[in-house]
Amino acid sequence: MKPAPFAYVRPKSLGEAVALLVQSGARALAGGQSLVPMLNLRLAPVERLVDLGGLAELRGVRDSSGSILYGAMTAHAVFEDGEVPDASNGLMPFVAGQFAFRAVRNRGTIGGAIALADPAADWLTTAVALEARLHLIGVAGRRLVGAEEFVLGPYVTALGEGELIEAVEVPKRAASERWGHARVAMKIGDYAESMAIALMDRKAGRGRLVLGAADGAPILFPEIAARALSGAASDELRLAVRRALLAADRGFTPAKLAMHTTTLLRALAQAAAA
Amino acid sequence: MKNHVSLTVNGRRVAAEIEPRLSLADFLREHLHLTATHLGCEHGVCGACTVLADGKPIRACIALAVSLDDAEIRTLEGLQGDPLMEALKDAFHEKHGLQCGFCTPGMLVSAWDLLRRRRDLDERTVRVAMSGNLCRCTGYQGIVRSIMAAAAHAGSAKGPA
Repeated sequence: MKPAPFAYVRPKSLGEAVALLVQSGARALAGGQSLVPMLNLRLAPVERLVDLGGLAELRGVRDSSGSILYGAMTAHAVFEDGEVPDASNGLMPFVAGQFAFRAVRNRGTIGGAIALADPAADWLTTAVALEARLHLIGVAGRRLVGAEEFVLGPYVTALGEGELIEAVEVPKRAASERWGHARVAMKIGDYAESMAIALMDRKAGRGRLVLGAADGAPILFPEIAARALSGAASDELRLAVRRALLAADRGFTPAKLAMHTTTLLRALAQAAAA
Repeated sequence: MKNHVSLTVNGRRVAAEIEPRLSLADFLREHLHLTATHLGCEHGVCGACTVLADGKPIRACIALAVSLDDAEIRTLEGLQGDPLMEALKDAFHEKHGLQCGFCTPGMLVSAWDLLRRRRDLDERTVRVAMSGNLCRCTGYQGIVRSIMAAAAHAGSAKGPA
């Protein structure tokens, strides 16, 4: 046994879960694929784990006319295998197969990954790119927070005391939209050193460009997306990307600057070519 | 602080009072003496502890045993006699899929899942899919050869173009 001792409880209802989570020293356990390693390394002080694994309410999927609502405990592999309807023209199933390893993707969940808000987490960047809305629930009730407003910084989110993510709602993307995705990691399955997602809809004149693994919340680059949409030359785009990265003021090292520039341009090029 | 857990391991019902911090891997090895499941890194990176939970591979070192209440666990021991697993073991034997053998149980369980899930395997797909299982001896050449051979045997390999 590697972790320090803690108490464990597996609530049977969402109401019971939020009542338990509001108590001091409590922490929610979703798939545990980040939290349990952190417990093993004794990096995460926990007095009581509240296991969300028994809550059927967190597993369903609801397909409505404008969006799809994914229960927070939906495992990565479920997206990867297309077992749930897709709102993203194939981006979400693709992303779900790109990170970690199958054995981890079978247990790790979309809600857990977003709630942890590791800057390098692929779902975080994807949720921001897709303009997802997070359905939160706590003792005070339910509220909706956009993915962009949810992430405040590395491992820091808008989640209040005892609050948890109930579902991730992804608006159905236009069929005319094309996506591009670029990711750099030390080896297959590792956390991204840099990742970028571009969404380009020429017909509607809408573009979105997001950088992840950016040492904080994902960064949006609306001006660059607009320039790419209007067909800016690649040299001009490269310069604009570098300047925008510096203006983001994250203190990127020269190596990181080069990496982020590359993933952003690759994502744009892929979205343009698709 | 102990919690009750009751689950099925290799077809046998098991119930125990355990500390919640006990990993599934430690539960299998130390409580049930099922030692095919190996522990390498103990933080979810090396894949040596891969077992099946409800038919799907998971890392036993980063799954709390208590959270697997009611689950059906299968370890490498529980796959003995399974035709696909026997084909994989034969292939690992013939194609030098192991040297020291420490990573082999995890390799076999991951490969077994891959061969059941995918019908279009080529070498690149095998390498990507097996990237979560680390081996420090073979350089992976023998492992990939073994899995490709078993895939051809099981009809999971991509046919000639």
